[in-house]
Amino acid sequence: MTFLSETEITAIQNIIYIFSSILFITGIKMLGKEDTAVKGNFFSALAMFIAVSITFIDVVNPIILLSGIALGAVVGSLIALKVKMTSIPEMVALFNGFGGLATFLIAWSEFDSNPITFSVTAGNLFQHALVMTTLYIGGVTFTGSLVAYAKLSEKIKIAKTSIITKIFTTIFYISLPFLLYSTFVTPFAVPSFGFFTVLLVLTLLGGIGFVLPIGGGDMPVVISLLNSFSGIAAAFAGLLLSNNVLIVAGSLVGASGLILTVIMAKAMNRSISNILFVGYASSSASSSSSEEQGEVSPISVADAYLILESASSVLIIPGYGMAVAQAQHVVRELGELLEDNGTEVKYGIHPVAGRMPGHMNVLLAEANVPYDVLAEPDDVNPTMDAVDVAVVIGANDVVNPSATEEPGSPIYGMPIIEVHNAKTVFVLKRSMSSGFAGVQNPLFFKQNTRMLFGDAKESIGGLVSEFKD
Amino acid sequence: METYILLGFVLILSIYLGLELIAKVPSTLHTPLMSGANAISGIALVGALILSRDSDLQNTIAFFAVTFASINVFGGYLVTNRMLKMFKKK
Repeated sequence: MTFLSETEITAIQNIIYIFSSILFITGIKMLGKEDTAVKGNFFSALAMFIAVSITFIDVVNPIILLSGIALGAVVGSLIALKVKMTSIPEMVALFNGFGGLATFLIAWSEFDSNPITFSVTAGNLFQHALVMTTLYIGGVTFTGSLVAYAKLSEKIKIAKTSIITKIFTTIFYISLPFLLYSTFVTPFAVPSFGFFTVLLVLTLLGGIGFVLPIGGGDMPVVISLLNSFSGIAAAFAGLLLSNNVLIVAGSLVGASGLILTVIMAKAMNRSISNILFVGYASSSASSSSSEEQGEVSPISVADAYLILESASSVLIIPGYGMAVAQAQHVVRELGELLEDNGTEVKYGIHPVAGRMPGHMNVLLAEANVPYDVLAEPDDVNPTMDAVDVAVVIGANDVVNPSATEEPGSPIYGMPIIEVHNAKTVFVLKRSMSSGFAGVQNPLFFKQNTRMLFGDAKESIGGLVSEFKD
Repeated sequence: METYILLGFVLILSIYLGLELIAKVPSTLHTPLMSGANAISGIALVGALILSRDSDLQNTIAFFAVTFASINVFGGYLVTNRMLKMFKKK
């Protein structure tokens, strides 16, 4: 490209970036609709390809960077193609962390090329603040996502009250004022110690402390929030590098992550700060006195089969328990057998069932359940009294009637799937333990509820073989 | 400073556009949208490519930034595609 001057190359790159931004916008819009989602993902990948290619034309010493891309391509593709569909939540968290790490490194490098100068101008100050913020968000996204990955894949199990959690949480709370100090004080009073190294370490450890105390059932919120962070970090890096496509693409991700976070928080009827910094543990203590007790009525697989066989409409409500038991395939089989038997089968999917937004949808899709029989709470609740049997598979808090009936309950006000209004409810459960929120579930003691104790996969498998006989 | 104001303008408009575009997403698509958006955040790759590389430290940083952003890009898009292929209508 020797026949073009540097400014001309920059101009061409910027024009192509506009084109790429339009493709990104179109792509993410199409990704939000079922019929166009695959194409939308393709458009956004095309946009990425175009943006990266045009950036590459004036890269100095491209071999080393090209080998980096090749290495990343091999590793990323291997992970993406080898991973089991049930491990999707942790994979998304892991990839998200790597994106955060990249922006963290970008900010680090920018700090290295423009260390603090004594010529304090508005532009300089703003740039300094951007470097610090980008570094912090990117770093917290990185280590926070790694912790989310470890939690989701059950590689670590650390209680909220353990000393390790407390240490890391403290570091997180120290890292925030230190970020403010680094952003606003260091340009004026250059410290004698290596404050930047301290910030690097505090950021990375603080990210761990940010996610570590958050419990499994709140993971959908955390994952969406970290997703949003990685986009915001990329957009800030775009400001830092004066690169438009980074700003546009990063902002889109930031916005979509934010929307998902809000949807998840609404589905739990809790504020985002309550989820992140309080958790259920402290709020549930007061409600223990109102625990409803009574007799539960267990049912055998054979009796459950007889009731299901004569039902004309069945609603299946999956929860995290279905994911743990890997029961989605037998559930689909049961659904098909019921339909062959003339029963209308629907699935009631609560937005926060599982460990990430849309977790149940992915599991059921993997088991070949068509998405048009999956219904949201608002669609199934009004017609609940016409449902003959509601089958709750490993879900608990999302079907807990205290959310609508008991004003003192910690989960009061949370939108639920109102299975207690169905004619009969089957609850498939391992034991009588309470759900993630630690709240006793009065549903189990209702007259129309039958408990089918045991592993969900085995219980459903038993029903399937009854149908086949 | 004027550049930053202009770029800030782009930032605000893009966030607003993003919020408008994705406001009503069906819950079936929550995971693919998240995973697809995640892949887009790999755009940091473009930023990693234009970093200055004047010192050994910067060279190392740039290499790692490019590598990890690439994992994010390739892994993110492939996983999203795999997931979306599973969603079928009756």
